[in-house]
This record gives sequence, structure tokens and C-alpha cells, in this order.
Amino acid sequence: MEIPLIEFRNITKRFGDKTVLEKVNLKIYENQITTIIGKSGTGKSVLLKHIIGLLTPDEGAIFFRGKPVAAMKKSEWEEYRSRVAYLFQNNALFDSMTVFNNVAFPLRRTTNLSKKEIDGRVLKRIQDLELTEAVDKYPSELSGGMQKRVALARALVSDPKIVLFDEPTTGQDPIRKNMILSMIVHYRRKFGFTAIMISHDIPDVFFISDRIVILWEGSVGFEGTYEEAARLKLPMIDEFLRGLEGFQDELTGLLSREAFKVSYAAMLGGSAGIPTASAALFSVEFDLLQESLGPQAAVEVLRALGEYANRRFKPVGGFSARHSRDQILTIFPHTSPDKVRQMVADFARELNQEALARIQSIAQAKMGAQARPEIYIRAGVTQVSSTDEIDQIIEKAQAKQEIVATHQGDSGGRA
Amino acid sequence: MALLDRIRGPNPLVTVLTLIGRGTLRLLGNFGAMAIFFSIAFINIFRRKQLQEIVNQVFYIGATSSLIVMLVGLFTGMVLGLQLFYTLVKFGSVGALGSAVSLSLVRELGPVLTAIMITARAGSGMAAEIGILRISEQVDALYAMRVDPVQYLISPRIAASIISFPLLTAFFDLIGIIGGYLTGVLLLGTNGGTYFYRVHSSLNMVDVRGGFIKALVFAAIVSCVCCFQGYFCHMRTGGYGAKSVSLATTSAVVLSCVMILIADYVLTSFFM
Repeated sequence: MEIPLIEFRNITKRFGDKTVLEKVNLKIYENQITTIIGKSGTGKSVLLKHIIGLLTPDEGAIFFRGKPVAAMKKSEWEEYRSRVAYLFQNNALFDSMTVFNNVAFPLRRTTNLSKKEIDGRVLKRIQDLELTEAVDKYPSELSGGMQKRVALARALVSDPKIVLFDEPTTGQDPIRKNMILSMIVHYRRKFGFTAIMISHDIPDVFFISDRIVILWEGSVGFEGTYEEAARLKLPMIDEFLRGLEGFQDELTGLLSREAFKVSYAAMLGGSAGIPTASAALFSVEFDLLQESLGPQAAVEVLRALGEYANRRFKPVGGFSARHSRDQILTIFPHTSPDKVRQMVADFARELNQEALARIQSIAQAKMGAQARPEIYIRAGVTQVSSTDEIDQIIEKAQAKQEIVATHQGDSGGRA
Repeated sequence: MALLDRIRGPNPLVTVLTLIGRGTLRLLGNFGAMAIFFSIAFINIFRRKQLQEIVNQVFYIGATSSLIVMLVGLFTGMVLGLQLFYTLVKFGSVGALGSAVSLSLVRELGPVLTAIMITARAGSGMAAEIGILRISEQVDALYAMRVDPVQYLISPRIAASIISFPLLTAFFDLIGIIGGYLTGVLLLGTNGGTYFYRVHSSLNMVDVRGGFIKALVFAAIVSCVCCFQGYFCHMRTGGYGAKSVSLATTSAVVLSCVMILIADYVLTSFFM
């Protein structure tokens, strides 16, 4: 059985008379993204601060690779802390330092690297996070979103093995939110760190998280994967997640997954006998796009795909939602698969004429006029039967997916 | 009996004693905490990568305060020259003006007024800056980056104060003596040679050393009190956030000034 990287056993924390955490038991595994969700004031940040030692528990113990943190020698404790980075909720940037100096600060103070090495690493992180034009500015001269990215650059500059993200996307617009989350996934893959994140960005955090932890009134209400949470159908979790998710997907303007489920159930319930319905599943290769275009442009592609799908299919009665980070499922009530295939072909043409050109300009703005990104959009059409669960529809459509639109360098779009 | 006690309420004498006791314990606790805080910060002065920060703080505490300290020194010396001239002339001892001005400045006024001026200018700034770093989680961020906040924020300020206070005191004394010369000699007509001869003959090394020791003690008091108030502003019960920084700054200045005067009395009685 895998030993958790970090384990909380019966952690209780009180501030005066107020008990913030009560007998919290929690396991965090290596190389995973664990997202902590909970209402305001349920002790999420307090929980995170225990990991780095900013707070110590009143009762219980925290274990790192099975060893109690409280029993560590000073050298072991320092070694443990050198692996952990913390992204604060309000960024906690040093106001009197420029962006460059903020990012360089941990390297200058805690390593023996030469000035040249430090400058090189800092500039690389600054470029990665698209902060080049802000390098000589002070935090107060930056927007909230840029400040967040500076804080992220500072947290990642020392190549930590565990990164604690305290609401990393607060105050960001939907594109930046997704960009930051994508970057977290990208950097986790690249550097292999374990991410522990507090976030309310549903559904996006579900797409990227390996495990979710729901804090409920100071205790862990649920711990596991999103699929497990959805299967359990606990009223407390359902109500909470629905409340957070809302009706609309912030990034694409499509329905939220919960709203999609409701629409699908209504479609099945409102039809006498077996409904004639079809579904189309669209997807882009998000990771590939992120590699070639960068996180911001990759998110723009996804957003554009959602916008076009909504604009094209909503007037004909179709309803769509994102079901993973890069997959959009559209259901067409009372429509045959052949009709849907025709609509998808028209949609692909529209994508080539408008959307992909827009994407090309985004890529060129970022990578220069010579940029020739390759973008593939796949679609699969299937018939929907009244007994199909949404997951089954996705599976069937996925099996039939093929490239419907592509954009390869200067050859332009092709349907 | 217990019921009777409840009806009567608590004995006023007991209440007063309880309050005094509680206050005294809290005061002793705070002094103890401050002493530990100062000791840790002082030891950390000698760690690596401190020089640059100490230089920055010497500039902030020392260099930028020098003008105001010299200005106050000049006018203090000038006032002393005037006041002592009119006092000494009654006893026919105008020739002792140089001695009176220099001894007053070097032994007493120089260290005390310099310390109070630096408290007002740099001490309040220290408390406010550290307080803001605390409430905006920048102190926690330092800890999270494995940078010891006491070592990074407090130690350089204490070191810089220990370097700057005696130097600024020396400037104050020097300019004060010149101020006394301006009023006593140029304005009121005392002999200039006599004035400087008296300054030279009456000032002993013991006086100068005593003044510098006072300056060093005041440096420790001001830097420790101001940094301590700012560093722990989030634990104040009177207010949170910006209010706590404001309270911490006020306490830092008031407490520093009171402690400078108390320490001055203790040190003076000790040196006498």
C-alpha cells in the first residue's frame, strides 16, 4: 500500500474558543494534484499552513512519508521545508521590490547559486509566465492577475517538490483562471511536484485534480476522486458542488455540467417513448496546444471552440457542456445522427474560416509572425438512446471521433 | 456565605490588586519576550548574507536621519548657549560657557535627543513597515521561503541602529557645540578662544565614553521596541489590520521615548 506523502492524523486546531479544524484525517499522495474545497471559514488555509509549519496543531500529528513532522531533527525539517513552496491567497509579494527581485529573492537568500545562474532561472520563469514586460515594475503597478502570476513565478522558481496553492485563481478572468490551472498541470508534469490546492473553480479543478477533499465544518466531509464523489451522491456534497458550479461554464459560456445533466434528464423525461436524439463530442488536443502555443493561447482555443459550438448549435436546440478540460459534448434533441453529421461538417467549415484564423493570430501575437501552429479538432457523432448515461454517450462518441477540422501552418484551415 | 459574597460583589481592594497584578505580569511577560526577541535577533546579525541589508538599514536609519539630527543639534546648542550665558553671567562665570554647553550635550542631551529624534523618524517607520509586512502575510511568505524573518527583518535594523546611534550622537554633539559658539560667541560676545579652550579642557574621555554607551543602549532599546511592536502587531487585542499597525507605531514611539528616559536616568546614576 502506497505511503502518503503527507498525512494528517486527528489534527485539531483552535484559535481561542473557536475550533477551526477538528480531528481532520487526510492523505496527500506524491505527484498528484489534490484540491481542497470548502465554504469560507472552514479552515482550508489553516490546513495548508500546517503543512509548511506556519501553524502547529493543538492535537494530532502530521506525517511526511510516514514520519511525524514534530519528531524531525532540525536538518530533516529544513530539508522537508526546502521541498515545499507556498502561493499565498493575497500573493504576499514584497511591495518594495521589483518583479524581478521578488522572483529572485528565494534563490538569493537560500541558495549559493551565482548571480548569472539566478538571473537565468528568474528570467526563464518570468518568460514562462508571460511577465517579461513587467520585469522592472513594482507589485503595486500591476493588475491583480499579473500579481498572481508573479507570486506563482516566485513559488516555482526554486523547483519545489510540493507546492501549496492557496486559491491561485482568485481575482482572475476566466481565461487567466484556466491558464493558471493549465500551468499548474503543465509544471507538475514538467517538474514532477505534488500540488495541494485550494480552489473553487468548478468544473476546471475537477478536470485537473487527481483527488478532491471537501472540508465541511472543520472536518473532512469527503476525500477521493471526483468520480467517487459523483457516484456517492451524498446530499451534502451534491448541494455544495451545485452551489459552487452555478448554471454556466465561465470559460466557454456553455452549460455547467450540473445544468447539462438537468437538461438531459428533462429531454428524456419530456419525450414520449424513445427519443430521437444524437450527440456530438468535440475535442482539441489541449496538451499539444499548450506545448506549442503556451497556456494562454491553448485556453483561448478552448474558449473559441465553446463559443462557436454555442453560437452554432444553441439556435437549433442543442445544448453543450465541457466534460473534461478539452472535450465538449453537445446533445441534439429530436435530431438524427445524419442531420447532426451535416451540421458538424458545416460547423467545421465555419471553424476553418473564422475560428482557426483567430487562433492563428493569437499564436502569431505570442510566438511571432513565423508561428505555424498545428491545431486538430476532432468530432464524433452518435445516436442517443433513452437508457444512456452521459458517460456512456461520451464513450460511444469518442469511439467515432475523427479529425473534422485542422489548421497546419500556412496551409490554412481544412475541413 | 458564598451567596452573601455574590450579593456584595467583589472586594474593591481585591479588584484593584488583581488588576495591578495582572498588569505587572503582562508587563514582565512583554519585557521577557522583548529580551528573548532582541537576543535572537542580535545573534543573527552575524549570519551570512546580512551585510547588504545592514548597509541598506544604515542608510535608512543613519544617513537619512542625519540632517534632522544635525538641525536639532544646532538649535539645541544655540538655545543652550543663550540660556547658559544668562545664567552664568549672574555668577560672573561666562568663561565657563564652553564647559557647560559641551558637558550638557555630550553627557546628556546629545544621546537622549538624538535617540528621541531617531525614534520619531526611523523608529516609527520601522514599526509601521514591519507591521505592514506582517498583516499582508509577507512575514509568513519569508518563513515559507525558508528565510528567517527575524534574521532578515530585525537583525539588520538592530545592527544598523547600533552603528548609527553613536555616529549621529557624535554629529549632534559637534553641531550642538558649534550652535553654542554661534550664540555665546558670535551673538553675545563671549571670547571664542576661551569657549573652545573650555570645551577642550573640561571634556574627558569618561564623558565621551558615557555618552556613547548611552547611545548604544538607546540604539538597542529603540530598535528592539520598534521592531517588536511591528513584528507582533497582529497579536494586539486593540485592533486588527491597519488599525493594529497604527497602534503598534504609536506604542513603539511612546514606549521607546519612555524607556530612553528611564534608561538615561539609570545610566546617569550609574556613571555618576
